Amino acid sequence: MKILVTAKRVVDYNVKVRVKPDGSGVDTSNVKMSMNPFDEIAVEEAVRLREKGVATEVVAVSCGTAACQETLRNALAIGADRAILVETDVDLQPLAVAKLLKAVVAKEAPQLVILGKQAIDDDANQVGQMLAALLDWPQATFASKVEVGNGKLTVKREIDGGIETVEAALPAVVTADLRLNEPRYATLPNIMKAKKKPLEVVKPDALGVDVAPRLAILGVAEPPKRKGGGKVADVKELVAKLRTEAKVVS
Amino acid sequence: MSTLVLAEHDHHALKSSTLHAVAAATKLGGDVDVLVAGSGAGAAAQAAAAVPGVARVIHVDAPHLAQPTAENLAAQVLEVAGGYTHLVAPATGFGKNVMPRVAARLDVAQVSEITAINAPDTFVRPIYAGSVFATVQSKDAVKVITVRTTAFDAVPATGEVARIETRAAAADVAKTRVTGQELTKSERPELAGARVVVSGGRALGSAENFKLLEALADRLGAAMGASRAAVDAGYVPNDYQVGQTGKVVAPDLYIAVGISGAIQHLAGMKDSKVIVAINKDPEAPIFQVADYGLVGDLFEIVPALTQELSG
Repeated sequence: MKILVTAKRVVDYNVKVRVKPDGSGVDTSNVKMSMNPFDEIAVEEAVRLREKGVATEVVAVSCGTAACQETLRNALAIGADRAILVETDVDLQPLAVAKLLKAVVAKEAPQLVILGKQAIDDDANQVGQMLAALLDWPQATFASKVEVGNGKLTVKREIDGGIETVEAALPAVVTADLRLNEPRYATLPNIMKAKKKPLEVVKPDALGVDVAPRLAILGVAEPPKRKGGGKVADVKELVAKLRTEAKVVS
Repeated sequence: MSTLVLAEHDHHALKSSTLHAVAAATKLGGDVDVLVAGSGAGAAAQAAAAVPGVARVIHVDAPHLAQPTAENLAAQVLEVAGGYTHLVAPATGFGKNVMPRVAARLDVAQVSEITAINAPDTFVRPIYAGSVFATVQSKDAVKVITVRTTAFDAVPATGEVARIETRAAAADVAKTRVTGQELTKSERPELAGARVVVSGGRALGSAENFKLLEALADRLGAAMGASRAAVDAGYVPNDYQVGQTGKVVAPDLYIAVGISGAIQHLAGMKDSKVIVAINKDPEAPIFQVADYGLVGDLFEIVPALTQELSG
């Protein structure tokens, strides 16, 4: 069984993002970029399924600029077998990415696609669900446990207030939530090995996909700064202030 | 212009998230209809009909909608979506699961988790976990939208009586099957919707020491949270995590204990109404966002605070 996983290149979660002076977008030049943490969890899960003998091959896909090759090398270092970059300089929105992935799925014919539940840059939380819809496949989003056997998928998924268990026949789409696993750190030997693994580059045109944006970004802005910095001397003063000034405790 | 709101409900009553989604829908202008898809959900449909601002309730009832899957709900929305310019759902686990499926089938973009409506086609939404807000304009004929519930005050639950139209359910797509549900039976409120959150960081030092925070949380009726550092150190499970890669919370009171205030944590809690920070390092970044900072040893302060609040 082949598993397709996604690896989006995003601003590292430890970086404080800044809005460009003209408000047209977020400044991503000279900023540390990393794999979307939820995608890292997806890659880890796929690699574990291969290590358990459930899957035979893990293919990592990224859609974006040539720089995404670095992100794919990272996925290969975690343990993916090969990688595909759908290369474009267009600002890709979720529907376009879902269409690109659908085209890759048509070529690769995986039984399972695992994606991060959302990317930490645009926070859209759409691509997995959209891909499942376009493929007319079942979806199991926000997965905290994935089991595959006898052509059947069993997923425990995070819902508001608890866990829901769903079953589906393969092929299917899964999106990874935080609790699914703790991604491993890529070791130096594996980073070296990853450099030699195959990485194919394709263009959206070759996949027959129109990637034009559907949403116009009219502008971005930072929210009003929070006025913090207040201090209290001791517990008594803190409780008094919470009671009489902030009125948030009784 | 007309809007269809997909109701989140438990068949007997509406979830409060639906009232927030209706609030956003009424701001769009035009008629607001509500789709109640369930099994034996007549009571929920009647509840929806009582919500002020709702013109019509579309009620569909079928056994396969008892524990509805995203596939079946999306099919149901699509079945009745003709003629609407806006399709709206709350940006909860429920809405997030279903609506992108609807959007993809309609070949339109989804606008996720909007926090403001500037025009019927122009919305504000948080990106980078709320560090930045983007204003976006949809060029599509149909706008598929999820609504951040904390950004729109709920409409009242009752006040009017709208028409209820019962329709046949869409056929069972039978893609996935819900085979079980374990709802957390915690005495504490759920982290995402809690009025008060008590969060701990790496400075707690151990899983055992998180019990100190539990006593404080119990006193305040608070949910428990944690920084990513505390989760990574194995002190608490991953679902405690507040931050860009965890849950985004906006309670009335957020108490950060032994949390330095990494950017990714601040992104998840800085919309809280009142922030209290307890940390021994006076230079910790968390103090820059705190309304009430208390510098000192958490192992002395937290028990004292719990006691003072009980007094």
